[in-house]
Amino acid sequence: MNIPDDLPELDGIDQALIRATQTGLPISSTPYSDIGLGLGLSPDVVEQRIQRMLDVGIIRRIGIIPNHYKLGYQANGMSVWDIEDQLVDQVGEQIGALDFVSHCYRRPRHLPEWPFNLFAMVHGTSRDVVEAHVAEIRDLLGDAARDHRILYSRRILKKTGLRWHKGGERKCCD
Amino acid sequence: MDKTLSPIQRRLIDVCQHNFPIEPDPYSTLATKLGCDEATVIDAFKDLKAKGYLARIGATYATGRIGASTLAAMEVPEADIEKVAQKLGRFTEINHNYEREDKLNLWFVVTAADQPTLTRTIRDIEIVTSLKVHRMPMVEHYRLDLGFALQWN
Repeated sequence: MNIPDDLPELDGIDQALIRATQTGLPISSTPYSDIGLGLGLSPDVVEQRIQRMLDVGIIRRIGIIPNHYKLGYQANGMSVWDIEDQLVDQVGEQIGALDFVSHCYRRPRHLPEWPFNLFAMVHGTSRDVVEAHVAEIRDLLGDAARDHRILYSRRILKKTGLRWHKGGERKCCD
Repeated sequence: MDKTLSPIQRRLIDVCQHNFPIEPDPYSTLATKLGCDEATVIDAFKDLKAKGYLARIGATYATGRIGASTLAAMEVPEADIEKVAQKLGRFTEINHNYEREDKLNLWFVVTAADQPTLTRTIRDIEIVTSLKVHRMPMVEHYRLDLGFALQWN
């Protein structure tokens, strides 16, 4: 999956919509209409703009963002893998297709201390569950995985969603 | 898994991690799908939100599409974690910061308007903390943050 380089520009209306929705859609009967009211836009325009940003990939998804920790997913393991460069795309697609993986990215190695080039975020209700999932990945990969590690999160020190301030300063989250 | 969630709330969490309807009355559409009425869906969401199970309903924006960003990692001496985290907390460019169990024990995301600003920000972080920042930008993605299947039992 490649990111196209020719992304359409976001105009002032798109930016206003991003600012208006960055803390979430209203939980009301007509959320898009309510957002439009605040911005002087018709509900149709709000829906079309959001749909367009979704279609071109500026918005990845629209949905609920659950608090996984509160839902019982207290173990959050970032599994990191050392995969031969020629195999990493194939392996990445394989891992990315697993339903317990929320993110799967290729990232640069930092040799010699950091040989890992593939990251897969694995969530579970306990470390045992995360470890079983990681063992599943290891079995799937066989010899393609030269080394791997699980980095559990100990504490969240700061977590915020997208913050896009006025004045063109743009920030977003991953 | 929490037992205080109603069956409707569990189903909403399962079916709404993506493809939230973009139409005039989305909650009504969801109600039809679940075989209940709109007020039940709205009340269920409000309750989830009030109890902290729901961070928000909304869009997840693609990093790299707006501005520049990178995952970054630092090796911080155990005793200095709090102090360093506090220093990082003052950077509005840092929006996720996790302490992880590894030699590289501080992991965060840095975002900026463009690449030069990002590079400058990372240099500033290194100056303020006197620690090396390892940049780990996304080179390729195989699965984006699309949510994941929850196991209720």
